[in-house]
This record gives sequence, C-alpha cells and structure tokens, in this order.
Amino acid sequence: MSDAWTLACAADDIDEEDVIGVELNGHKYAIYNTPKGFFATDGICTHEVAHLEDGLVIGTVIECPLHQGRFDVTNGKALSAPVCVDLNTFPTKVEDGNVYVKIPE
Amino acid sequence: MKRVVIVGAGLAGFTVARRLRELDYQGAISLFGNEAVAPYDRPPLSKDILKGEKTADDVRLQDRAFYEERDIQLHVSAQVTRIRPEDRTVEIGPEELGYDALILATGATIRPLPDQMTRDLGGIYGLRDLSDAQALEHAFRAARRVLVIGGGYIGLEVAAAARSRGLEVTVLEAAPRILGRVAAAPTADIIRALHRHEGVDIHENTRIVAFTGDGHVTGATLSDGTRLATDCVVVGIGVSPNTGLAESAGLEIDDGIVVDDICQTSRPGIWAAGDCARFPSPHGPMRLESVGNAIAMGECVAENIMGAGRPFEVTPWFWSDQFDAKLQIVGLNQGHTRIVARDGAKDGAISYWYYRDDALISVDVINEPKTYMVAKRLIEAGKSPDPDDIADTSQNIKAFLKS
Repeated sequence: MSDAWTLACAADDIDEEDVIGVELNGHKYAIYNTPKGFFATDGICTHEVAHLEDGLVIGTVIECPLHQGRFDVTNGKALSAPVCVDLNTFPTKVEDGNVYVKIPE
Repeated sequence: MKRVVIVGAGLAGFTVARRLRELDYQGAISLFGNEAVAPYDRPPLSKDILKGEKTADDVRLQDRAFYEERDIQLHVSAQVTRIRPEDRTVEIGPEELGYDALILATGATIRPLPDQMTRDLGGIYGLRDLSDAQALEHAFRAARRVLVIGGGYIGLEVAAAARSRGLEVTVLEAAPRILGRVAAAPTADIIRALHRHEGVDIHENTRIVAFTGDGHVTGATLSDGTRLATDCVVVGIGVSPNTGLAESAGLEIDDGIVVDDICQTSRPGIWAAGDCARFPSPHGPMRLESVGNAIAMGECVAENIMGAGRPFEVTPWFWSDQFDAKLQIVGLNQGHTRIVARDGAKDGAISYWYYRDDALISVDVINEPKTYMVAKRLIEAGKSPDPDDIADTSQNIKAFLKS
C-alpha cells in the first residue's frame, strides 16, 4: 500500500500547543500544532483505547488523557510508564494554510 | 548487587523490574507472582473484562519476549513462603533463593463479609484478580439480578458493567453516601444520578443483614427491612494489605508494610511498593491503592536500589469509568474548606476544585481529561489559581499553568 499526501485540516483549526483528532481513510489520526511545527501520529494511545485528541500538549509532548502516558509527537517515542509502545508518526506539510499528512491510502 | 528478588507480579512489582533494566542494572531479577498468568493491567477487570469486551490476552502488560529480552526471570504460580532476612534468602516452598535486595509488592486481598453471613453459599463473588473477573463474567452470563455490596469504585464499576449487560442491579452502601472514602459529595451526587438514570437501584445507609439460599444465594435481607431476590452477589467493601509474609519476617507493620521516605522497610535491603506499603507523607503515614501509586513507588524503589536515595513523593491520582462517565481525581480533598465548580466545554463535563483555605488540594473532573491534566500539573507544582478564575469558564484552562 502506498502513502499519499492527504488533507487533514486547516492550520488554524489547531490552537498553538494543542491537538485535534481527524479521521482519514477510516483511521483516526492526531494532528499537533507545536512550537516546532505540525506533527501527526496515530489518534489512539498505544496503552488503552484513549483518544489523543483529548490529551494535553506541552511543547512537543502529548500526555494521554487517561493514564498519563507521555509521547514525543515528533518521533512517537513513549516517554513514561505505563506506555511502552511507541506511536506511529506520519510526515506533515503545510501548504496554503492547510495541513497535509502522508498516510496509507 | 547480584540478585534482586521481587515478591508480587502486579503493576508495582513489574514496574520495579522494568525500571531496574532501564537503569542498566546488570544483575539477576527474579519476579515471583502467585497467579497463573504474567503481569496484567488490573483496571479493565472491572470494566471491559466484565462486559465481555476484552479477554485475558488483551490485558497482559507485556508478552514473553519483553521478559526474555531484559533477562527478567518471571515465575508465575509461585508462592514465596518465607523470608529469612538474617541470611538474605527467600523460600519458595522447598526451594531457596538468595537476594541482595528484596522487594515486597504483595498487594492486597479482598475484605470478605463474615463467614456466618456468607455460609459458603455459591454465587457470592469478589473482584481483585483476573481469575475473579473471569468467574464473575461467567456468572453474569447466567444471572438476571445482581446485588453489589459496597458503593466505592469497585462496586460502582461492577454495577455499571452488569447494568450495561442488561442485568437488574442493586447497590448497597452502608455509609450515608456512595464514594464516601474516595470522592467528595458533589461528585458522588453526579455519579449517583448517573447510575439511577441508567436504572441501577442504589440504597445508601443500608447494610446487608442476611442472605437466603440453600447452597446458592437466592436472596438478601437489608437493614431497612427490604427483602430482594438475587442470582449473584458481588462484595466490594475494600481490601486489606498483604502483610503476612513481612510480618513473619519481623518487619514493622501498621495497616501495611511500613517504609521510610525512600521506600525501605524496617529491615535494610528489603523494600516495599504498591498497595501493601505504608509510606510517610506530609499528610501523615499513607497507603494508596492505585495504579498511579504502584507505578510511582515501583520506579522509586528501583532507583533507590541503584543508589539514588530519592525520597518518595507522590501526588495521588485515580480514575474510574462508569457507563459513559470518566471520573478523574487528583490530590486528596480531606480537610477542604471550599469547593469551586467549573463547567466543562461539553455537556456532562464538570470539575470540582477543592481548596483548603487558599491552597488548591484536589480536583475531581468528570468527562474532561484536559482539565484533569492541567489540574494535576497545578497541584504537583503547588500552584493555587484564584477560585474566581477557576469558576470563570471564559478563561482558558491551560493559561493557569503559565501564571
């Protein structure tokens, strides 16, 4: 399966240091606006079924809303217990005020 | 240090082992669990497992490869029967194993109803371990009416799971209100209303007096004179810390295994973590039964075994999922002098902020995880936003972190 650039949202849909959830091609993704730019990960925490769009973004770290697992959204790395499994990340780009993610078609 | 022995393969014991390897501890790790399965996540037992939506495989913390890659020797169905502190040895039945550091993460056991009341009747359950949850889930399949004794988190989560399976559910709480020990009155009011809306029959200020049934429970008599029929009883009236092993080794016990500020017991080289451990805190000696505490204390013990000398400090946090409601609590509200309500952005979302004089000490959040996360950071940082600002929903919640 190939990956394609896909429109996720408008850049100003996401406040600074915040996250929204989008559903694209039947999958949930979380799109982040951080001081280091826009990032995209899986929309669901790897620990339990928690929607990361409800999480708290500080810098480039998202804290899962349920059990305070933390991930670095720039590379998906799990930073603290109870999560041990990293998140998948996806490339992003901003064009004409829109955020695109490169995801499986 | 050549060998660390961990007694108890719940979340606290598991965390000690995991953290030791993260810290590059090079010696042996022996992790003993008395259940038949590898360490698992306990919270889903009273939720998804009871609803029949998850199985044992879904709640396992890590697969076999995790332990192999880290050279953690996991022993399941293994009972550590004795500690001999003088020769730094544990006994597992007829076998012996020496240790350089020993961690007691022995957990807690369900507090039962008196034997003369339960009379070995079938159909009376508790919920602590995976096998308990599986047995109860099985009982739910055949039951029509469930009586839950105890209106704490466990009782209410069991009630919600049973109700969502279409069972008729009655909850008894002996105290004047549900959640008396763990949440403040406004939060309890919301949870009570939710359960009643969903069709759960809640009786507060009501005790169980007697069960009827011959061989299997068929009914119950309550302290208000009510008699009701039931097919299944779940007892959720709390737990007692497992201290027997520590006590017979001569360790100091006081409703839990007593530890000092770095989580060491009264015997050097023996540590304790999780539900079984009583630790010093600014609010006096404390024992917490929570996931957050098991992780935090397990990590602290591992670091201190490696010589960090780090005092254990924890901001208590808890959560409970009932029906569609997500309750998250940070801090301890005992001694509050003022409660401030803050409406959430969505319907059904609200938070209660507890102040002791001017100091923010605890927050209960219903259905708004982001507010909970901000509240937790505020309390951890010792920050106390002005109560009027908290009540003002035009103020962005995250802004309080920066002020």
